[in-house]
Amino acid sequence: MEAATVPAVDAAERAPAAVVAAHDITRRYGEGDTAVEALRGVTLDVQQGKLTAVMGPSGSGKSTLMHIMAALDRPTSGTVWIAGTQLGGLSDTQITKLRRKHIGFVFQFFNLLPMLTAEENVLLPLTIAGEKPDEAWREDLLKKVGLTDRRTHRPAELSGGQQQRVAIARALVSRPTVVFADEPTGNLDSATSAEILELMRDSVDSLGQTTVMVTHDPRAAAIADRILFLDDGLIVRDMPRAEPGEVIAAMDELTQN
Amino acid sequence: MLTVALKGLAGRKVRALLTAIAIILGVAMISGTYVLTDTINSGFNTIFSRSYQNADVVISGKAAFDTANGESVEPPSMPQSLLAKIQKLPGVALAAGSVTTDTLKLIGKDGKVISTGGAPSLGFSVTNAGQPFNPTKLTTGKWPHGPDQVVIDKATAGGEGFHVGDRIGVQAFGAARQLQISGIAEFPGVSVGGATFAILDQPTAQQLFHKPGQLDGIRVQSKAGVKPPALLSQIRPLLSSTEIVRTGAAQAKKDKDTQAGGIISFLRYLLLAFAGVALFVGAFVIANTLAITIAQRMREFATLRTLGASRRQVMWSVVVEALVIGILGSVAGLFLGLGLAKLLNALFVAIGIDLPQGSTVFATRTVVVSLLVGTIVTLIASVRPARRATRVPPIAAVREGSVLPVSRWAKYGPATSLTVLVVAIALTCIGALASGLATGPRLLALGIGVLLLFVGVSMNASKVVRPLAAVLGAPAQTIGGAPGILARDNATRNPARTASTASALMIGLALVTFVAIFGAGIRSSFEDAVNKLFIADYAVTSTNTFTPIEAQAGKALVGRPGINDVTAIRAGSARYLGSDNDLTAVQPNLNKGVEMEWTQGSNAVPGELGLDGFFASKNYVKDHHLSLGSPVTLQFPSGKKTTVRLKGVWDEPKGGSPFSHITISTQLFDKFTPRPRDEMVLANTPGGVTDANTARLDAAEKGFADAKVQTRDEFKHNFEAPINKILNLLYALLALSVIVSLVGIINTLVLTVFERTRELGMLRAVGMTRRQVRMMIRYESIVTSLMGAALGMVVGVFLAALVTHALSSSGIVFAVPGLQIVYFVLAAVVVGILAAVIPARRAARLNVLEALQYE
Repeated sequence: MEAATVPAVDAAERAPAAVVAAHDITRRYGEGDTAVEALRGVTLDVQQGKLTAVMGPSGSGKSTLMHIMAALDRPTSGTVWIAGTQLGGLSDTQITKLRRKHIGFVFQFFNLLPMLTAEENVLLPLTIAGEKPDEAWREDLLKKVGLTDRRTHRPAELSGGQQQRVAIARALVSRPTVVFADEPTGNLDSATSAEILELMRDSVDSLGQTTVMVTHDPRAAAIADRILFLDDGLIVRDMPRAEPGEVIAAMDELTQN
Repeated sequence: MLTVALKGLAGRKVRALLTAIAIILGVAMISGTYVLTDTINSGFNTIFSRSYQNADVVISGKAAFDTANGESVEPPSMPQSLLAKIQKLPGVALAAGSVTTDTLKLIGKDGKVISTGGAPSLGFSVTNAGQPFNPTKLTTGKWPHGPDQVVIDKATAGGEGFHVGDRIGVQAFGAARQLQISGIAEFPGVSVGGATFAILDQPTAQQLFHKPGQLDGIRVQSKAGVKPPALLSQIRPLLSSTEIVRTGAAQAKKDKDTQAGGIISFLRYLLLAFAGVALFVGAFVIANTLAITIAQRMREFATLRTLGASRRQVMWSVVVEALVIGILGSVAGLFLGLGLAKLLNALFVAIGIDLPQGSTVFATRTVVVSLLVGTIVTLIASVRPARRATRVPPIAAVREGSVLPVSRWAKYGPATSLTVLVVAIALTCIGALASGLATGPRLLALGIGVLLLFVGVSMNASKVVRPLAAVLGAPAQTIGGAPGILARDNATRNPARTASTASALMIGLALVTFVAIFGAGIRSSFEDAVNKLFIADYAVTSTNTFTPIEAQAGKALVGRPGINDVTAIRAGSARYLGSDNDLTAVQPNLNKGVEMEWTQGSNAVPGELGLDGFFASKNYVKDHHLSLGSPVTLQFPSGKKTTVRLKGVWDEPKGGSPFSHITISTQLFDKFTPRPRDEMVLANTPGGVTDANTARLDAAEKGFADAKVQTRDEFKHNFEAPINKILNLLYALLALSVIVSLVGIINTLVLTVFERTRELGMLRAVGMTRRQVRMMIRYESIVTSLMGAALGMVVGVFLAALVTHALSSSGIVFAVPGLQIVYFVLAAVVVGILAAVIPARRAARLNVLEALQYE
């Protein structure tokens, strides 16, 4: 009983504004000599209503960090809180329900269901949770992502950018505590990427949607309110909003060291 | 290229195994059939050849005909005086006689006859001099000596708890006799199945079997240097026209052919037919599984093509893979057949067919046929998928999400599918309905038509997948919510795949539905007849209902106070109008027990038959151009002939009757039949069926352990029981095909789960619980199997409607048994649930993170 309450109090004291928080996270893959340390002690608060970008070279641990904060993976040590709940010790079903309620995802490869229409794909998280979508909210959302006239199309009939718009709407539909985007522009051309980034920025500004985006695209990072640089499993730099040039410079600095 | 194919196969062991299971079961059925029937055959061979061991020649009774309606006919006995004449012949070293019967009932400790199912209860005699010919061996005790002793078989002694020194009831004719067990014997090296046997000394046997001064066989051993042909020619002049002498080997072969040949080949063809169905279903499953695997391996094929592999090489790599799967599956099936043979035998024993068995026979023919058929079926099933693989373009190696280009024949696809279906329907209709054709071509048209029908329906099935899924998936949606909706949509994602998965189940369910409707038709026609005919309060038959009972049992009822209208229907056989037939005989008061509609004559006909009359059914009279007064010559098994004239014609119900084509009086029948037997004895009691009346009849039959007193309702029920047993046997055999199609559904789902790994990862990531994932897979499985059931039932109802229409002259009506259809639907749901167990577990266990990153 006592053990369960302590971290919650701790979290509240430490970071009242943090909707997602990680404390001293490590993640080791493998055993013994061949073990790889992907994260070596990362502590991080995600600020509510802000867009946080996580950058870093390949192998820096940025994807691992996102997976752990999004409750897709478990840390080797350390603690993760999502909306005040500590993840350690939760069962798979409890974690699934927590993801359902608090987390939205945008994937690099869209991951839409081919047999569902755009609108059905958008509503999927609610359908799975057995909830009814709010009519007005559904229309707002479709309008916001510009799919009002494409709602009955299936993914195969949509362009890559349109598919990613569907995916973004799907991430937003349940009004999650936080949306995680994993290289959302990684599979798109530059013009389409710009549209998608604009859409993501807009969801933060107009809806106050807390968002964490993992990317290695400096132009993507440049739309963020805060940019975290990861290298070799540690946060090496915490940068406020910056221009693409500054981001590139920061990255260069990182790779040269 | 061969190495690539083989290594690829080794890398996909689970998939290869799943594919192989589809063929393993069909091959196991072939191998099991051969093993079982060979083992039974060897059991009979051992029994019959041992029966004449040490006998160079054997003299036996010669019936005018050996079998009537497939049943063996008991040959006439010979006078004992013949033995002395034989013993005096110069070439004879040793000759001994024996008497035999196949209706010597043994009575258990509970006072009831020990049931043999349909197997004989053998009785035979031994003499001291004849011991070298004795086929059995004592396991304990001594051979019987004197009127008070008997030796019984080891299985019965063990099963019923009898020991040497105990007394056991033995009954052939008249009341049972209590004899002391002097010993226990066995046929070495062979199980006699359900049969029992008892051995008596010769005078006791003659008396018990009602064969005083008579013998059924004389076994002869020749003096050294006398060849069988010489011995045969010495014996022949001494024999009458109803006796025949053969070498021991020839006699053994003849006994086996008349007594066992029919049932062995019947079982073999019956079981092979079901093996064929299972293999046909298996071919569907293999073709479908390979098609899915090939779609999933497009990138691999494309890479091979970019590396310079030709289309032909790609095709061969698939065919080689199928060949290896076929061979391995056939070998596994071959050995699984050894176990299946035991299971099949248990199935037959359960419905009362308990046949002798020697040691297990694993013949070369079994191996060759099983391996060849299994491998060839797999190869044939692989042809279409292999051709598809050749259409994978090299560019698919570098492009994400390529689809197979359509074949240049694709535009003719719908037309071809429809043509196949139309031809199939035409052929089945011709086969079932065209009365002008001979039976052979009709059955051929029907057979090919039905096979084509299955293929045709499956080819067209993809078109009805969407509407069917909408209907069948509706409950899933209501009950299952999101997983239910997704399951339904998943089922329609690849209609061709779902259609061919469902088609495998369709075949089994079509046949099950057909059997159910056809069986219900036969049963209702039979019930009609039974209800119409039998008006007596009580009936007495033998305990197994169908073996005729000695006429004494019926006579015991006559003249008893409180029992009226005792009327017996005798059963025997005779040759008349060019064929060997059953022959029944009745008594003047027949109309007290059986209600008949006379088209010529009246209820007085049975009383007017006398020593020269018969009656027959309207149809038989018409078919044989008989009219009142037409003479017919009857020849009895003893060879004696008599002529009878038509004195009455009756309207036999379509469902049949207890009467043979020709029915004479018991008076005439008994004159030509040494030990008459009754098919049934009917009787009325004042006040109808009451407990007191039942007790009265039981008391009258007390001395006849084999007699079963039944009320009219019980009797009708007993008469109908075999139909249900046969239907249950057919269902059990068809279950194998359903299991094969269940394996097909498992295959498709496992491959589908594999294919949708990333999608499942996404669903889990956006909040689908493991339970919901399992539900989704399960619903998809149920929707697929319900589709198979729906298609199968339509096909089954169609076939049943055709066949019952064709047989409507036999009174078989077409009626869909609603309750059974409901059971079949439930069975399909169960199949779906079972098929989903493994795939659902796999899907639910996927690691979300790995699944999301899965390429």
